[in-house]
Formats: sequence, C-alpha cells, structure tokens
Amino acid sequence: MSAPLIEMRGITKSFGAVKANEAVDLSVAPGEILGLLGENGAGKTTLMNVLFGAYAPDAGEILVEGRPVAIHNSADALAAGIGMVHQHFHLAPRLTVLENLLIGIPGKSGRIDRAGGLARLKEIGRQHGLSLDPNLPVSALSVGEQQRLEIIKALFRGARLLILDEPTAVLAPSEVDGLFAALRSMAAQGLGIIFISHKLNEVRALTHRCVVLRLGKVAGRVDQPAQTTSAEMAKLMCGHEIVPPTREASTPGASVLALDNISTSGHAGTPLRDVSLSVRSGEILGIAGVSGNGQRALADVISGMLAPRAGAMTIAGKAVEQFSPRELQALGLGRIPEDRMTTGLVTNLPLADSMVLPRIGTEAFSRKGLLNPGAIRAFAEAQIRAYDIRCPGPMTRAGALSGGNLQKALLARELAFDPKVLIVSQPTRGLDIGAARFIHEKFLAMRARGCGIIVIGEDLEELLMLSDRIAVMYEGRIAGTVSGADATVARLGLMMTGAEGHA
Amino acid sequence: MFRLEARTSTPAWFNLALPLIAIAATLILCSGLIAVAGAGVVEAYGVMLSASLGDSYAITETLVRAAPMIFTGLAVAIAFRAKFWNIGAEGQLLAGAVASCFVGAIPMPGYLAMLLMALVGAAAGALVALVPATLRVKFKVDDVVSSLLLNSVIYYALMALIEGPWKDTFSGYPISPPIEDSANFPVLVEGTRLHLGVIVALVAAPLCWFLIARTTLGFRIRVTGENPEAARYGGINVRRVLLSTALLSGALAGLAGVGEVGGVHFQVMSDISPGYGYSGIVVAMLARLNPLGVVPAAIFLAAVMTGAEAMSRATGVPAFLSDVIQGTALLAMLVALLFTAYRVRRVGALS
Repeated sequence: MSAPLIEMRGITKSFGAVKANEAVDLSVAPGEILGLLGENGAGKTTLMNVLFGAYAPDAGEILVEGRPVAIHNSADALAAGIGMVHQHFHLAPRLTVLENLLIGIPGKSGRIDRAGGLARLKEIGRQHGLSLDPNLPVSALSVGEQQRLEIIKALFRGARLLILDEPTAVLAPSEVDGLFAALRSMAAQGLGIIFISHKLNEVRALTHRCVVLRLGKVAGRVDQPAQTTSAEMAKLMCGHEIVPPTREASTPGASVLALDNISTSGHAGTPLRDVSLSVRSGEILGIAGVSGNGQRALADVISGMLAPRAGAMTIAGKAVEQFSPRELQALGLGRIPEDRMTTGLVTNLPLADSMVLPRIGTEAFSRKGLLNPGAIRAFAEAQIRAYDIRCPGPMTRAGALSGGNLQKALLARELAFDPKVLIVSQPTRGLDIGAARFIHEKFLAMRARGCGIIVIGEDLEELLMLSDRIAVMYEGRIAGTVSGADATVARLGLMMTGAEGHA
Repeated sequence: MFRLEARTSTPAWFNLALPLIAIAATLILCSGLIAVAGAGVVEAYGVMLSASLGDSYAITETLVRAAPMIFTGLAVAIAFRAKFWNIGAEGQLLAGAVASCFVGAIPMPGYLAMLLMALVGAAAGALVALVPATLRVKFKVDDVVSSLLLNSVIYYALMALIEGPWKDTFSGYPISPPIEDSANFPVLVEGTRLHLGVIVALVAAPLCWFLIARTTLGFRIRVTGENPEAARYGGINVRRVLLSTALLSGALAGLAGVGEVGGVHFQVMSDISPGYGYSGIVVAMLARLNPLGVVPAAIFLAAVMTGAEAMSRATGVPAFLSDVIQGTALLAMLVALLFTAYRVRRVGALS
C-alpha cells in the first residue's frame, strides 16, 4: 500500500503508576480499515485520545502523511484530517442536523453559511450513501442516525482518517450492516478508518488489518482478519484461551415471574401492548428485538420504574401492587439496569454506597435510621473479593471503575440477596470477552440454583447461547416465542422485522 | 502553553488545601483595592486580624457574628448535598426571626420561651423552604429562582409588619416590640455578647455532619443529590427526600434568625440580617458542603466582617471591602473546585 496516512510511533502514556500505553506503533494507509482490538483497560481509548489530542503522550510521535505533527487538542486533530466518532455522541439535541454540522464552522461575514452547508451535506450523502434530513432536530433522530450524523460531521470537517470508538455497541444488528456499507464505501474512496471494537466477528468481517492491545502494549498484529479465527484473536486479547461456558440441561420449575396482558402509556419509548409472558424457576428467557420496540418499557415495568396502565404482574405467585422498586425487591426480584452509569450507580460516591443502595434501609446495613458503616464496608469488601472487582477498595469512586467491573458490582449487589427472579438489560454491552464470559457464567450458575432470569438484549449470539426460550418483541408486543433449541439468528432476525407471527 | 486535563483521582490533602488557597487568592486580589483606597495593605489586613481575632473580646464578637452564618451555612450545605438549590436561607432566617419574636414577646418562664422560640423559629424557616421544594417536586419550578425570589416576599412582609401592626407607637421607629427579658438568651461570658445560641450553632455542625454521614436519611440525601435516577432505581423516594431536605435546611436557617432575636437584638428590625442568608452560600461552598467545614468558614467570614469595620475606622478603607472579600472568596472557591476534577498540565513541545 501507499505511504501511511497516519503513523503513531512509540506512543507511551502513563497515568500515575499505570502505563496506559507503552511504546505503541500503529499506522493506517489511505483506503485501509484498521481494527483496534483489546479488552477494556487495554489502552485503546487512551491511544485514540492521544491521536485526537485529548491527552499529550509522555513519549512518541505522530506523523501525518510522513510529517511529524503536534496535536494538542481536537482542533489540531481536525486540522490534521483526523475525525473521531466517540461512543457518547457530542450533539446539541435541540438543534437541527444542519445546525449541528455548522457548529464551530466560520461563516461568511458573521453569518452562518446554510446554503454552503446544505450543499456539502448533499455531496457527502451522495459520495458515501450517508443521508439525513438536514432540518430534523437531533432529538428526533434514532441512535443510529445520530451516529451517522457524527460521521458526517467528521467528513464535513475534512477528516481523512476516521476513528470510531465501539460504534456498534449502540446499534441494532440491522443498523450495523448499514454502518459497515458506509465505512467500506468511505475506505474505497481513500479514507483511512480505525475501528475500535471487541466484537471479533465484526472486526473479522470489516477490517483489513488489526492491531491487538493488551495491558497497554501491542500484543499482536493480524494481517488477514477474515482468515483468522475468533479464537485466535481472543487469545491475543486475553493472553489465554477462551472457552465458551457450557449450559447444563435443566428442568424449569414453577413460574417465578408472570406478566398478564400488561399495557403501558406515558413512557418515552414504545409502549407495551398486551404483553404476557412468564419465566419459570431455573429458566433463562431471552427477549430479542430491534432496539426501540418496547424493550425499555418492559424492563421499566418489571424493575418497578413504570407502573403499567393495565394488566397484572406476579412474582413467585404474589401479585405486584405498587410497582415500586422497593416492593419488587421485597418480593425477591433482582434487577440490573441497562444503563450502568446513570441508572445503576452513583459515580461520584464510593463504590460501597452504590453496592448497598437498594437495601440501605434494611437490617443488613442500618438500624433505626442509623447506618452501619462497618457492615456496609464489610459487605462491599466481601463482594469485591468474591467477584474479583478490580478497584483499590470499597471507598473508590464508583465512576473510576471500568465497565466490566461496574457490571460485576451491580451483579454482586443483586445476587448477594439470592433473588428468585432476575431482570437484566444488555448485560454485556460494552464489556470485553473476559468480563462478558464472567457475567454469562454467573447467569448460568444462578439458573442452576433455580433463579428465573430474563435477559433483554440485542446481541443475538448471546441470547442464543444463554436462553432456554427467546421471545421476540415487535412494536410493543410479543411477536412470538421460540425455544432455544429451535432458534437461529436467521429465524429471530425474521421475527424481529414482524414478518413471522406466533411460532 | 497550559491546558486542563481530567483527573483520575483527587489527593486527600486537596480538600483542606483548596479553601485555604482560595482565601489566600482572595486576600491577594483584594489587596489591590486597599492600595487604591490609599492604605497600606499589610497594615489594613493587620488591623482586620487584630480587631477580629486579636483578643478574647474580639474573638467573642467574631463568634457572635459567625453563629448565624454557621446556621445558614449548614442550611445551604445540606440543601446543596441533595441538589436542592436553596438560595432562600435569607428569607428563612427572617421568617425564623419574626416567628421567634412573636413567641418571645409572650410572658412565660424563660427556659420555656427559649425552647418555644427555637421550635417555632425553626418551623417557620422550614415552612418557607417547603414552598420552593414543593413547587419543584410538583410542578418542576426552578428552585434557584423561586427560593431566591421568596426572599424578597418575606423581607417585604417583615417590613409591612414592622411598619404596620408592630410599629413602635411611642417612638415611631419601624421596629418590633422587644421580647421578654426572661426570654433573652443567657450570656456565657460576663462583659461580652457571647450567648447560648453560639454554643447551639457550634453543636449543630457536628450533628449535621452525623446526619449526613451516618444516617439513612443522610445517605438518601447524598445519593439523591448525586444521581436522582439511580436513587429512584434503588428504591429511594426522591420527592420525599427533597422535601425532607428542604424542611431541614429551612429549619437550620430559621434557627439563625432565632439566635439573632434571642441573643443579639431582642427584637426584629429591617436590618436584622446583613445578608447572613447569602453569606451562608459562601460559607457552604468554602466548606465544600461539609458541615464540619462550615464552622471555620463561617468564622473566617465573620472575622472579615468585624475586622473590616475596624479597618475602616483605622485606615479609611471603606467597610464595603468586607462584601468584596466575600464575593471574591466565593468566586475563588468556585475556581478552586475546578481543580478537584482537573489538573493543569504544561503542554510543551512533544519530545
């Protein structure tokens, strides 16, 4: 290939005693899609933040088309032709698509150049097949469309190298195909792309070359990802073999959670319409569906954040009356929210506080309104040990933990009280293979102990691996339910589009 | 070139150092004004220090002035912990003062009068604070605006009272009738104004710390303030916590008014508070919302206030400097707080 578009040489960056990057070399040629792989904490995001100017490296240099450049901030990075699509979007929700594109772009004599912007937007749409209605407010866009806008924004600013930080984590499977098509088209026209992910099948399908990071260093390079097995790449990432967990056969017992004709209203997402389902003891029920088909409402009703408009719910045979988190918890429900950082934990307070939060009023952690700091600390310390949660201690700010460790902490806080039924949403979103594997094993262990588990997810491979039965949601209804043995990705995919009725 | 970089952790000594750095920065910034007023900076600050903390009488005077700001500082600190933005400590203080003055004017045994003054004054402050909290919980009204504007409502209601029904018919002054002599708070040190209320204020601070750090209500306040969504998911009744916080905060601010009536003025007049409610915000911020830090922060501001008067007499620098120092201290502290989350890094040439 031709001279590299971007080259990073010997990049080293430390935070205190931790070396987040150590002598990392990396290059991207025009027209090349480079996969950047690694577990959480391997240093992928740090490396890209160095490239994008958010951190100054302790050592090493960055070359753009062979010339060394100093990148101190995002403006320098953009000037060097580097654009980044972060995991969390940086958009102004009340402004329109076009206005978001024009933020920070100098206009003509103090006026915003709408016509010019519109023309550029059309041109980018034609070139790469990325179109959006310029007059829609960002708040009206789906997550996938917002991501498309972020990509357009980078191209709009003249990016020749595009960094995407785990772009598929927020997308439904159908949206992933569209993203990949756009990325391939951009590469074909000479752009360089760095694709950060830990979903190996996606990396194998999309990228031309891969760099694998482990503990801040380059653990290996893969020249032909499509010809390399996922197992080989996983081994590079983790440093050891990954064996998928085995699912023992089990005989489900009595119903532990039943929804009877639940309908909702007054909710931001798609409401539920006459949803009935049940989970039995020792059974894992997967809930599949394209994002935005009522999964949010379902999770909110079951976890006590939303009272239904009609219908009934029972937990272990007892009718739910108030649909409050406290009532459900008392009935034996364990809950792990979709959004760990905003719904699950209090990032600015010590980890221990988040771990006891739902049960702070119980005898275990307080008496007559007085906290028992010793018990709180002991509980947190015990769970940190039992779940191998990597952190300096229970008083560490929860926000300082990695996603995998946060998820372990949330799992620990629920499982410590031996729930009869557990509801989880997107249990391994954003987690690396090792952490995901740990979570899966815990679910299967709970299932073996007779817990009923509902897993709401978009990762079909995961649902197929875990579930005894899979229900598919479509437009707020249960479109159909299939047994785990009969389910395939293709069949579920068809049901998710509403094509197949009750099976 | 310098730039801000996000911190991954904050060293513990920072919590203590930040307010001190902020105060030092404030004094340095304000020394320019002293110089402009034509006085020696060192001399002026020297007078301030000796007049506020130089001898035992000066110290008691400073403590007497610190007491209401300890209460309003605690009120604001607890409210801000829950992110209930109570800017209304001033109005709550006035309500507490008026209510306790009513009770104190009724003849009854002294200890009973003092107890009732405290209870009724605290209740009045709590009720006033309940208004913005209820508006926020029920109708999503911005509590900053409503609690701030309520201050004017209470102030003018007080004025209407002392210009109207309470007006001294004999002298014609707009002041309330005095409370009974038996209801005057006992003086603790002969020959000073150090009254019982000051001790109550000093005791209130560790009690508030205990409440925040060691009780389930305090836990709920902290969690609700940091992340209401996670609080609700965790089974906390967020609305109830906000209302409880408002009651507590208002009661503390009300007690500031009780102390001024029972221990200092023995009646209500229009200038019973020189903005102690607003100073409470500065105190709470300097204390980083820690109830234990409220005491030294309030004493600092009180020292500036008493010191500024003496400095004005001795050097001719206007006493308004005390307000400037207060305002600058708040700004300096807000800037200093930035450094708990960010560090300044030199960006030189890369290798």
